[in-house]
Amino acid sequence: MSKDVKIKKGANIKLKGAAEKLHSNTFAATEIALKPTDFPTLKPKLTVKQGDKVKAGSPLFFNKEIEEVLFTSPVSGEVTEIVRGEKRKILEVRVKADAEIQYESFKQADPNSLSREEIKENMLKSGVWPFIKQRPYDVIANPNDVPKSIHITAMDTAPLAPDYGFIAHGRKEEFQAGLDALVKLTDGKVHLNINGNTNADEVFTGAKNVQINRISGPHPAGNVGIQIHHLEPINKGEVVWVLKAIDVLTIGKLFKDGKFDATRSVAFAGSKVKKPSYIKTVLGANIANIVKDNVEEGGRYISGNPLTGTQIDENGFMSFYDYQLSVIPEGGNNQFFGWLKPGLDKFSLSGTFISTLFQNKEYDLNTNMNGEERAFVVTGEYEKVFPMDIYPVQLIKSILVKDIDNMEKLGIYEVAPEDFALCEFACTSKTPAQQYVREGLDLIRKEMS
Amino acid sequence: MKALDNFFQKIKPKADGKFPLAHAVWDGMYTLFFVPGHTNKNGVHIRDGIDLKRTMVMVIFALIPSLLFGIYNVGHQHFLALGEITQANHVCDMFWDKFIFGALKVLPIVIVSYGVGLGIEFVFAAINRHPIQEGFLVSGMLIPLILPVDIPLWMVGVATLFAVVIGKEVFGGTGMNIVNVALTARAFLFFAYPTKMSGDAVWVNTSLEEGQKLVDGFSGATPLAQAYKGGTEALVNMNASIMESAIGFIPGSIGETSALAIGLGAILLLITGIASWRIMLSTFVGGYVMGWLFNLWGANPFMQVDALHQLMLGGFAFGAVFMATDPVTGSQTNSGKYIYGFFIGFFAIMIRVFNPAYPEGMMLAVLFMNIMAPLIDHYVIAANIKRRLKRVTVKA
Repeated sequence: MSKDVKIKKGANIKLKGAAEKLHSNTFAATEIALKPTDFPTLKPKLTVKQGDKVKAGSPLFFNKEIEEVLFTSPVSGEVTEIVRGEKRKILEVRVKADAEIQYESFKQADPNSLSREEIKENMLKSGVWPFIKQRPYDVIANPNDVPKSIHITAMDTAPLAPDYGFIAHGRKEEFQAGLDALVKLTDGKVHLNINGNTNADEVFTGAKNVQINRISGPHPAGNVGIQIHHLEPINKGEVVWVLKAIDVLTIGKLFKDGKFDATRSVAFAGSKVKKPSYIKTVLGANIANIVKDNVEEGGRYISGNPLTGTQIDENGFMSFYDYQLSVIPEGGNNQFFGWLKPGLDKFSLSGTFISTLFQNKEYDLNTNMNGEERAFVVTGEYEKVFPMDIYPVQLIKSILVKDIDNMEKLGIYEVAPEDFALCEFACTSKTPAQQYVREGLDLIRKEMS
Repeated sequence: MKALDNFFQKIKPKADGKFPLAHAVWDGMYTLFFVPGHTNKNGVHIRDGIDLKRTMVMVIFALIPSLLFGIYNVGHQHFLALGEITQANHVCDMFWDKFIFGALKVLPIVIVSYGVGLGIEFVFAAINRHPIQEGFLVSGMLIPLILPVDIPLWMVGVATLFAVVIGKEVFGGTGMNIVNVALTARAFLFFAYPTKMSGDAVWVNTSLEEGQKLVDGFSGATPLAQAYKGGTEALVNMNASIMESAIGFIPGSIGETSALAIGLGAILLLITGIASWRIMLSTFVGGYVMGWLFNLWGANPFMQVDALHQLMLGGFAFGAVFMATDPVTGSQTNSGKYIYGFFIGFFAIMIRVFNPAYPEGMMLAVLFMNIMAPLIDHYVIAANIKRRLKRVTVKA
């Protein structure tokens, strides 16, 4: 029995440079990096050292707390460097890619014929397990849990985000194989939450063995946490697993072809990109040859979208979960009486700029903070873009004072930092909301274990 | 602009140098002229164009109609008292005389308010080594508008000092205060120097130059005082019928008399989303309900004053639009805002009608509900928590 959910609160931020729906180029990977920092609270333990030869699917490191969760190389080649930071924290594991990728082989079978344990084992060994995250805590799912249900979001509503339907188009069998594998992992339902604003691709609408729900409304309607809240909110003690639909394709490919194929379509977008479009590359790719000659000067490179993504430099590497490379103008210039100007070119969710009169304009926003950090003053602005029955400011305040009890009562188990990205965008006081939520989640996870 | 920017950078004192006050002043001045070009480091990479300064400046824009009207009205009331014009004259007669007279009386109060308040803010910013925060931009304008024009300037200074230090800085500065700063100043004056804040003598400036004398039978009483004595009839007699009270050429605190001017400000605040429509609406509703209840009761002439007329008198409209809507001291939850606003309006009318010694019921009502706001929020959030817990038990 599919459900229709209408999200009322939120906002779509229309940025210039949306990716055109065509695959312009394929960039074979020259070098990739797997970054343990992409996985919050992960304590990685290396299985390789510099100079080791690996195949696509060979483990690079694993989770010290749950040793079955392996992180494998997306390409075959040689481990060139283990980049460490302060206190020898592992920042990147870099692998130089072979010209032709060689794959480790894994079990190749129809998931319907496999048992839950066999499916889990295949996914853990091949390194696709980390695609499954969980609520609460927004960390990688624990394979020892049996989740109440699994939610897959088939839409990304963030600024400049890729169209999942476009990426998945024509890959029906892979997608269904992935779904069939996931169905076995839970005793509850697998929910596929598709875009209700537009006509979703038939890869999604034709999916079987899952409950298809249509979600419509502005960003953050595409956030899986928001979708779960409106379909079956999480209570204390429950675990729900979450994935992106395009990661399900990779899982499906594992069962169909028996290999970890980490090639992916990435939306290369932003106002600094000369010809924004989709490109084919691989997980963790080095962006140097992608951006060379294809971007204009003065941009900031973001793996992910401008709200939740990570800044990387021009020789940096894409992050594990990102199917988007955004290049937006770097700010840094002082604005003469900026707070007084009518601001036709400024975008605001408040009504204080003339630009509010022009609804469908696209904006070229830069990375300026547009103000300085202050204490919470304005009320009601977070609530306008936070479509959950949770009080966001009070939750953040309870995190700031480390009040575990209150955090629980106010609903910390249901949220992830990405749900607060719009709040952080809109905040008059420039509060780093996502950072606080991450700290709160990590704190309560530590307390509860 | 680049030249100005370079100039500022050249004279910049060190942040942790020997004179933190110098850096605080420099920083306050610099961020006035330039929004700094800090970029986002971790977290979102793009940010909304709004910041606290812009929020505050919108409120100041909204206050300008009341300020201008108040200045004009001060002059108008003065020349009325002197008999140089009468009610029969057109309101625009002696326009510039009135305006300049009013400006000469009102602007010093504004200057003292901003000067003392910002001075204290600079000192605290220097002591705490944090940047000047924008809270006083609005309070500094609000304080003069709720005072009678004859208030001695030294009292304005003392009250501002009290309000900023005890009402705000002691709690941690902008965003941390429990009670409304401007009303704290007024309450301080009301209780410390009651003769200067109430009665009939303070609302109209009757300073006489050579050869001038007051009109026979002049009383500087405000409509509220007259309404207490004689109800609607007295109001009409003193040219404060409901229409006239709404337009505002009546005696009163400098900025509070004209519901029309306040209304213009309210429209700006609502369009820009700076003030909560929930609080504004529920304050007026609460006041109207109380006024209507009094109309039903009708025990004395004041109670019989029409509920709508009540809302136009005294500081009710000003308090509803500019004081009750202060986000820091009001209720923070959307549901709480309805309750908070309603009781502000409700109590404001109740206090002023029941107790003639407190014509300024609005001030007391807002201060009281400021204290109660966290309690209201507590129960709204408790309901939210209970909803969440009920999900668990229903599942079980």
